[in-house]
Amino acid sequence: MPTAPPSGNDPSTVAPLVRVRGLSFRRGDRIIFQNVDLDIPRGKVTAIMGPSGAGKTTLLRLIGGQIRPDAGRIEVDGLCVHELGRRELYQLRKRMSMLFQSGALFTDLSVFENVAFPLREHTRLPENLLRILVLMKLEAVGLRGARDLMPSELSGGMARRAALARAIALDPMMILYDEPFSGQDPITMGVLLKLIRTLNDALGLTSIIVSHDVKETASIADYIYLITDGAVVDHGEPQTLEHSPSAWVDQFLHALPDGPMSFHYPAPAYAQELALAEEARRA
Amino acid sequence: MGNLKKLELAVGAFVALGLAAFFMLAMKVSDITDLGKNQGYQVTARFENIGALKVRAPVTLGGVRIGRVAAIQLDPRSYEAVVTLAIEPQYDRLPTDSSASILTAGLLGEQYVGLEPGGMDETLKNGSSLKLTQSALVLEKLIGRMLTNAVSATPPPAKTP
Amino acid sequence: MLDGLRRLGQATLRWLNRLGHATLFLLGLLRALGALSRRPGLIVRQLYALGVLSLPIIAMSGLFVGMVLGLQGYANLVDFGATSTLGTVVALSLVRELGPVLAALLYAARAGSALTAEIGLMKATEQLACMQMMAVDPFARVFAPRFVAGFLAMPLLAGIFTAIGILGGYFVAVQQLGVDSGAFWSQMQAVVGLVDDVLYGVVIKSVAFGWVANWIAVFEGYDAMPTSEGISLATTRTVVNTALVVLALDFVLTALFFGV
Repeated sequence: MPTAPPSGNDPSTVAPLVRVRGLSFRRGDRIIFQNVDLDIPRGKVTAIMGPSGAGKTTLLRLIGGQIRPDAGRIEVDGLCVHELGRRELYQLRKRMSMLFQSGALFTDLSVFENVAFPLREHTRLPENLLRILVLMKLEAVGLRGARDLMPSELSGGMARRAALARAIALDPMMILYDEPFSGQDPITMGVLLKLIRTLNDALGLTSIIVSHDVKETASIADYIYLITDGAVVDHGEPQTLEHSPSAWVDQFLHALPDGPMSFHYPAPAYAQELALAEEARRA
Repeated sequence: MGNLKKLELAVGAFVALGLAAFFMLAMKVSDITDLGKNQGYQVTARFENIGALKVRAPVTLGGVRIGRVAAIQLDPRSYEAVVTLAIEPQYDRLPTDSSASILTAGLLGEQYVGLEPGGMDETLKNGSSLKLTQSALVLEKLIGRMLTNAVSATPPPAKTP
Repeated sequence: MLDGLRRLGQATLRWLNRLGHATLFLLGLLRALGALSRRPGLIVRQLYALGVLSLPIIAMSGLFVGMVLGLQGYANLVDFGATSTLGTVVALSLVRELGPVLAALLYAARAGSALTAEIGLMKATEQLACMQMMAVDPFARVFAPRFVAGFLAMPLLAGIFTAIGILGGYFVAVQQLGVDSGAFWSQMQAVVGLVDDVLYGVVIKSVAFGWVANWIAVFEGYDAMPTSEGISLATTRTVVNTALVVLALDFVLTALFFGV
């Protein structure tokens, strides 16, 4: 059974940025989370991994306050997300950023305008200052030359980088990444990995990556949570998890085709079925 | 940003076009010219039968429209229809013995009040009433009268011996 | 038999549920008006997309409808020798009924469906969720500007439709069929009342229809399933529902204002 979540790796136990306690959430009859505890340490890249449908995106939504838990408590920087009023929630969200799976760029705005959007909405910066800031963010992701393109003219990887530039426009304290690597070619994946790690360290961010690209994500993560069937199966630093006692973790991390998640869909005994088929054929 | 200017221009033109359309509807299509004429004076006329006369029907003199029917009421004691005529202010020299008749415009047209000037020196003022009136012709009564006239005009059938 | 009744009950409850959602959505729109009034530029852009771009179809349709009215009216009035009333016939038909109603139906088909598709697509590509996470209220930024712009555009479009229709009728009647130009306009001016017909007809009806058409269009986009199939269903629903509600509302308003 997993031990209690860590309260930071340093001896100077800094309080975690996100603290989840006793989270329970169900959708209809399906239990998504059952009494889950999680800690996201500050300033680090934390990966939340698991099979499809394990509820990883739901967890991001819960942290962002888009949905409410059925039971339990989610705290971001000391504030209980689901108890905030509308205005306080919006204030908190200004300090968080989320990178959606498809990038979610606004299709009627150019790349420049997309990145400028949060600045225009939430600040009253003069136009020349705004321009400098936007160019800086675009430069950080390598898209300064693409600033006048429309989202429909961007490749998938470029769209994600543009969305990343938009996500750092207001210098947030935390970025949530929803499946940032899905469907990307190796080069783009390498670029995104580098960007996530570099931005995290350079800007002092806390990053939460939700993904099932194990090898890539593990290569940049400081801490990993593995969830399935509504519970945290194990958590720890990547090296520690390599030697996890759980057979499921072993199968998942090493992409083994068979193990606790069995290869065969449940069915009656093979020999029996073949014999029955023979009898049916002869009759 | 030049795009925005073109856009704003197009929107401005669109709104202007819409307002122009409404302006046209108001000016050329409707009876707006009558709206301002709230001055003027009112006279009443009593009729036995107003036929199909409606409020806002025209009031004419010699075929020229000089006003509108403002109200139609029934006098509960004399059972007469009391019609209030709103005459435009410039026609203020109508003799007090003018007569009012309810006429029909064309065969199928609407009914209106036609005035015929009298000869007196005194003129109608606000609140005066017209003494000489001619009610509307009711088609059924006309036909009935025609039939009785026709019957009485034809000689009785000759008795053959 | 009982099963059918049960299903009718379920369908009614579902419909009521949806109506409730739509009303809450409308309240959200109204609540966002305050924030919107500080950003009028958003409305201008939408006015272009919904108003200016609808002009071609509205103008052309108005022209054809007016010309047809002229033709049909003439064909029926000439037997009575009453062609001098053609102007009145064309004007009253357009001002009281055809102008606002047809303009609303055409608007739903062109602008309403485009609105629904656009918003549905923003929902499907997570742009709306993204906006929420950026602490920007989609009601103030996306929905309300479109609703307000459409609401403003509808009466203008109806007015343009009606005016062009009357001109089309004039062209056919006077230029082509030989009706007297003076009679055409003077009879019309004598009969068509500014308040009784133009106000209660085109103006009030088109305002009511504009409210309804844009409410339905924006709501259906907001409520659509975030898949391509869901969006296509939603756009169909917009056109159909707007048509039904506009025609029903037209009956109510006509009975109210023009009933005897």
